[in-house]
Amino acid sequence: MISWFESSLGYDWAFFLATIIDILAIALPVMLAVAMIIYADRKIWAAMALRRGPNVVGPFGLLQSFADGLKVFLQETIVPAAANRALFLLAPIITFTVALIVWAVIPFQPGVVLADINVGLLYVLAASSLGVYGIILAGWASNSKYPFYSALRAAAQMVSYEVAIGFILISVVLWSGTFNLSGIVTAQQNMFGLHINGYIVNPLLFPMAVMFFISSLAETQRAPFDLTEAESELVAGYQTEYSSMAFALFWLGEYANVILMCALNATLFWGGWLPPVDWAPLYYVPGIIWLFAKILFFFFLFSWVKATVPRYRYDQLMRLGWKIFLPVSLFWVFLVSGVLMLTRVGVGS
Amino acid sequence: MIQALAFYLFAFVVVLSGAMTIASRNPVHSVMWLILAFFNAAGLMILVGAEFIAMLLVIVYVGAVAVLFLFVVMMLDIDFAEMRAGVARYFGIGLALAVALAAEVMIAIGAWSTGPIQLARRAAPIDARVPNIQAIGNLLYTRYLFVFEAAGLVLLVAMIGAIVLTHRQRGGVKAQNISRQNARRPQDATRNTRPVVGQGVEL
Repeated sequence: MISWFESSLGYDWAFFLATIIDILAIALPVMLAVAMIIYADRKIWAAMALRRGPNVVGPFGLLQSFADGLKVFLQETIVPAAANRALFLLAPIITFTVALIVWAVIPFQPGVVLADINVGLLYVLAASSLGVYGIILAGWASNSKYPFYSALRAAAQMVSYEVAIGFILISVVLWSGTFNLSGIVTAQQNMFGLHINGYIVNPLLFPMAVMFFISSLAETQRAPFDLTEAESELVAGYQTEYSSMAFALFWLGEYANVILMCALNATLFWGGWLPPVDWAPLYYVPGIIWLFAKILFFFFLFSWVKATVPRYRYDQLMRLGWKIFLPVSLFWVFLVSGVLMLTRVGVGS
Repeated sequence: MIQALAFYLFAFVVVLSGAMTIASRNPVHSVMWLILAFFNAAGLMILVGAEFIAMLLVIVYVGAVAVLFLFVVMMLDIDFAEMRAGVARYFGIGLALAVALAAEVMIAIGAWSTGPIQLARRAAPIDARVPNIQAIGNLLYTRYLFVFEAAGLVLLVAMIGAIVLTHRQRGGVKAQNISRQNARRPQDATRNTRPVVGQGVEL
């Protein structure tokens, strides 16, 4: 696309314009996916609770999310009188933006990625560490006690689990020898000659896959770690004072984050756009379909957990993060690098 | 063209948000301006091709340090009038510090750009094909290994020191005993009884 624009614009502006079109080509489908996945989430909970779920708007209730979106769009944005106006309105924007920018480095197919940078995984870490600001600011700027408690909980929770996630990612990076997400995906092809694509068959990395899944639940504040919006204690947590579009931005950002974490789970441990089994006919299916199937699988797991697992107590959450995940993942970094030292000495130096 | 635009944008915002960090009256706003300054500094680093450092800046400073800043500042109840009265008193010291820092930066840059390291670097530029991370890793884990380890030790000592200084045993804390909670079975907590009608249950 760059070359197509280049003939009339020159390289710089062609690159600029092509990148903006690419961004839209990723962000708009992600938003559509968010709308549909909220519907899927509600349907899955409903099925697990033996209810029907949304079934009125459109066939099978498929248009429910769009109706909700239209509704909040028409509502009035209420800013509480005691709130810090600028930061109050900035907070949902931060949450929403941060949830979208990470998609820049997710590879959808061989070569199909917006920014194929060699620090891809660090970019993911950097961007996901920003997510906490939206919540802290929302809680503080609301100037109301439940949102503030929620903001404090969120800050402690996200910072704690980010440490564990960092170490888990380091062990993946050590094994694949690159921070580039496409490189990590291709490194998972035909693991150990077992004809299975993905680090899950690697006994050293499988525990990390499980821990990453649990940490991603904590990082996205999904049940059983949704203490930031524990409705029995904190009304709705940091979103309590929000209404209309500002509330919707939180909602969309949260689900965009969930899909993103599903995509990261799929990309880092389950082979990303590679088919699950290394068998030639499966490669005729486009990679994006495999990635999408894996994302949906993980999303089903997320919903399943939300529908069935009771909420953690806050001290249990902190204990899991600091006393279990952190030491284990730190030890695993040593273990993986030790194994690699013994088995791959001198490779790629 | 776009690079120049991006540079001036980042540089302008860094300077502006640096100034606003000091100038804004609300400490939470100050932290937010500081974060913006970090971000744009990361942008400048990407422009000079140091993407690894840029990402580390965002992860470490924005993702961890500034969160803790914000955490502390958020919970403070600051008397703004008193703070502004203090500005005049400390203005002289602040100015002296600023001048000293500026002079040091200028001397450092001057010495560096005419010194042997920079001259040698001009003669033998770093291979552009080697990724940033690899270049840093090659240096850090070979030539500067001991310095690197020493830096790690200093950080470890600082961390232990902070814990030792702030940790104190407090009485009357209701700590959770997780293993006891996990060892508890339903039959320890519940009892099946078959009460006779009209007699009630004695627990």
